[in-house]
Parts: sequence; structure tokens; C-alpha cells
Amino acid sequence: MAATLNTDPAEKVLVIGIGNEFRNDDGVGIYVARRLRKLNLPHIKAIEHLGEGAQLAELWKSKRSVIVIDATASGAEPGTIFRFDTAKQPIPTKFFHYSTHDFSVAESIEVSRALSVLPERLVVYGIEGINYSQGNTLSPIARKTAEYVLDLVIEEVARTTMRKVHTHQE
Amino acid sequence: MKAKSSTKTLKVDYLARVEGEGGMVVKIKGDKVTDVQFKIFEPPRFFEAFMRGRSFEEAPDITARICGICPVAYQMSSSHAMEDVLGVHVDPQIRRLRRLLYCGEWIESHALHVYMLHAPDFLGFQDAIQIAAKFPDVVKRALELKKIGNELMTIVGGREIHPINMKVGGFHRTPTEAELKPMIEKLKWALDVSIETVKLTSTFTFPDFEQDYEYVSLRHPDEYPITEGRLVSNKGLDIAIGEYEKHFQEEHVQHANALHSVHLGHGPYHVGPLARYSLNYDKLTTKAQKAAKAAGLGTSCFNPFKSIIARSVELVYACEESIRLIQEYKRPEKPFIDLKPKAGIGSGCTEAPRGILYHRYRLDSDGTILDAKIVPPTSQNQKTIEDDLLKFVQKNIKLPQDKLTWQCEQAIRNYDPCISCATHFLKLRIERE
Repeated sequence: MAATLNTDPAEKVLVIGIGNEFRNDDGVGIYVARRLRKLNLPHIKAIEHLGEGAQLAELWKSKRSVIVIDATASGAEPGTIFRFDTAKQPIPTKFFHYSTHDFSVAESIEVSRALSVLPERLVVYGIEGINYSQGNTLSPIARKTAEYVLDLVIEEVARTTMRKVHTHQE
Repeated sequence: MKAKSSTKTLKVDYLARVEGEGGMVVKIKGDKVTDVQFKIFEPPRFFEAFMRGRSFEEAPDITARICGICPVAYQMSSSHAMEDVLGVHVDPQIRRLRRLLYCGEWIESHALHVYMLHAPDFLGFQDAIQIAAKFPDVVKRALELKKIGNELMTIVGGREIHPINMKVGGFHRTPTEAELKPMIEKLKWALDVSIETVKLTSTFTFPDFEQDYEYVSLRHPDEYPITEGRLVSNKGLDIAIGEYEKHFQEEHVQHANALHSVHLGHGPYHVGPLARYSLNYDKLTTKAQKAAKAAGLGTSCFNPFKSIIARSVELVYACEESIRLIQEYKRPEKPFIDLKPKAGIGSGCTEAPRGILYHRYRLDSDGTILDAKIVPPTSQNQKTIEDDLLKFVQKNIKLPQDKLTWQCEQAIRNYDPCISCATHFLKLRIERE
């Protein structure tokens, strides 16, 4: 896959932190995006998003490399980190928001795949939270996990960028 | 939504970003439906309570937060209510812009519901992903159509979700004619796609089911109702918006936190595209009427499953109306009127994509909100949804459980229920004894 990513080494990886910061741990993706923005890293463009699927599809359709971070509520141990590489597997809809009249993150990814507008590389990090009630404070476990995911994302971007440079030099 | 109905998704559904949780329980004993409950568990959202003590000017921005799908409706109804208290009328060009902003919301909301949420029910697909796999071009068109609605909201409202440009008395900033003009070509494309949408939805198979609804919507002498008018019904109602609370009442029921509305002396009623269509067919544009006629819809329709056609006809109308509004738009000298607060009571009611949204406020002499009442469309439809389910299940009681569950969910989605407005989430369960 790396060889396909080298057409524009200067292109930043788009990192989308998804969530509703007013539902406590649901804001964990937003938290990571804000931390990334503060770090102001050269290869990352970090943005926040509420997660409306049609807009997400529009947002990433012209991008090559995207990382999405969202809260999950799968029933796993709080603090569990899920990583989905969309090139390798479909996104299980049970992990992400599903509503009666909204269009979810998982649906957006799978619809994008069906329409052939999925970025070449789209990785989703899910962070299992514990408290989704009203409020704007991450639980200690969600915050701790978010910091860990922050490192994982930075490493992932670094690996991608190195691969780009490497293949570019080739 | 089919996948969502299985028990394995239950706990996921209510934990993630959904603004609430709820469900529908249908109880069957032998061959008889014994109970239908539209259950809502989410704690009441308290918006009415926390509006108290805020300035009248804050109402549009605060109430817009009730819903991410129809924020314009909240901004519009609250602004109108405040302008009613203050006794002011906005400039005709401001009115035009507001209507245009509202058309944008109708387009994006209707496109999403028709194609991505309701069409799968009719086509036998689990969800929009399956439609996209089978008919990618159709879904691409649908997303483009939705995007055009969003673009209108961005140009007029400042951004597409929770627009920030609306204010009591007008807008913070009005767009220039040059900013709006490029939308005309896009809207012409959207109009053609909408006409195709009516054609497409008319080919679906509809359950044979009609109800003797009381339809309630706004009615305006000159236009299809969106932003203003009198409240009318097909059963004799014809009142000014200010009389709403004399005729409609919200009741608390034990199984739900959202209030159920009734028309006093009449009972449940039905708001939304089918109501608007059936009460205002004569106000549609020629193109919209023609599309409806070709789809076999008639001048009124009492089959709730055909709401998907009515919604598509409204897409045609909203696109055509947007083109007209942009063509006639002349940027006003001032984006808003200066307002002097005063004490009083005022109300506003506009047509959200899902039906009438009523706001009433009482203000102190300095413009502080003393009291607020907000009645969203879904809470007005809740009793009707229960009633539809009761009769539909009774009529189709012999169907296998999975097919019946499928059709019941489809029946609920006829109303595009915005449970985030009336509190939230939906899960259907049929229990047989």
C-alpha cells in the first residue's frame, strides 16, 4: 500500500476526532483532535467533527490518508482500544453511533467503500468509554486511553510519512 | 435499521452519541394486539426550564441545539415568537432569506431520509450501505442533493449544522446576490434529481393501509407553508398560531418522558409532509403538482407509507422555491432591525421537515425570558405513531415475526421521527403471548 501513498509527500494526514463533548466520554475523539492541534505536528491536520456521516464522506473523499478517532460502546472493558484498517475489514456498525435518522460513522465508511470514494488509507481508532451521560468531563480511564491513542496516532502518521518518503526516494 | 432491531445492538444503540434512548413495544396476545407503547426513557431535556432567565436574543442559538438535523426550525420558530412579543416584522428580503435557509434544511433533511433511511425499507435492504453497493449512482446523487441543501444553509446560515447567522429581527450578516447566484445552477440540477426522486419512490410497493387522520399544518394564503400561516386541519381547525395552546395540550404518559400532544376534543393528530401536502396541495408549484400527479399521489393522501412520496414532492418544491427566492433576492440595506425589549407573550410556529414546531415565550420588560414552551413535531406525532402501529399490527397479525417487525419499523420511519427533539432513541420489540 505504501507505494500508492507517495504522490504527494507534503499532503498531511487528516485526523478526525469525532464525538459530542457534552456527553462526557463521547468527547474522547474530540479530546485527541484538540491535543493533536496543540502539538501542531507537520504531517497532521486534526479536526473535530460531530460525526454526521454524509458530511464525513464528503470530507474524506478527496483525501489519501485519514485517521478517525471515535468513542465506542461495544460492551468491552472501558479503556479498550479498537483499531480498524478499512482496507482490511469492514467496520462493524455495532461499534459506532447508529440513530433513527442520522447517518453513522460506520455507515459513512461502508457507503464510501461502496461508492469507491474511500481514501486509500483510512484507519479508525475506537476508544471504549464508560460514561456517556450529560456532562463535559472525560472519565479518568477515557482520558488515560486518549493519551495513549494520541501516541499511537502520532506513531502511525510517522510510519506512513516515513513510508512515503522512502517510496518517494525509490 | 433492521440490524438495529436485533437484541445484540440494543445496548450499543443507547450508549453511543444518540441523544437519548427509547423504543416501541408491541404486545400481542393470541390474535389480538393488547398494547402499543412508544417508550422514551431519556430524562427530559429541560430546554424550556433553562431558557428562563436568559435574554430573548439568545433563544435562537440555544434552542437550535435541541436538534442537529433541524436547527433552522428551532431558530425560526423562536425568532418569530420573539418578534411576535416585540411587535416587529422583518424586511421582505429578510423574510425571503429565512425561507431560503429553511428550504436548505428541507432539502438536506428530506434527501437524507428519503434515500438513506427510508428507501432501504422499501427496497428490502438492511441499510444505505446495501443500496450504495447495488445502486452507487443513485446514492451519489442523493448525497449530492443533500450537499446542495447544506450549501444553502452554509451560505445563508453561516454553517450547515447549528447555523450561527440567524438572529431575532433578521440576520447578523446577509449574503450578497453574487454569493447566492451560483447556487441557481446547482438547484436546477437538484430540481431534476428531485423530480426523479418522486418517480423512483412512486415505484415502491406500499402496504395497503390508510388511516382517518386529522392532519394539522400551517396554511398561508400565498405560498406552500414553511415559515408562517394559520394552523389548519382537515377536521375544521383554523386558528391563529397564538391560539395553539387553547386547542392543543401535551399529556404526560407513564411510559415516556416526552409529552404526547392531543388536539383537545379530537385526539391524536398527524403533522409533517403528508399533512402539509394534503392541506396545501393547491399551493405547490406546477412542477411539484405534476410530479405528484404522475406518481399517483392525488391531492391528498392518507396512506402513511406514501409519506416518502410526499417528502420527495416537497424536495421538488423546495428546490424550485429556492431558485425563485434567489432570483428575487436583493440584499437589504440592513441585515436586521433594531429591537427594543418589552414585556409580553408571543408565539411562533414554523414547518420543520417533520411538521409544525411551536414555541411560546413570556418576556420581562428588559427582554428576559420568564417562561418558555416548545412543542416539537415528533412529540405531536407520537400518539399517531402508536395508533398506526396498533392498527397496522392488528391488520397484519398473521405475518411472520421478522416481516412484521420490518414493516413496523418502516411504519415508524414514515414519520422520520426526530426523537432527539422529543428526547430519543428507537428500538422496536414485538412480544407475543
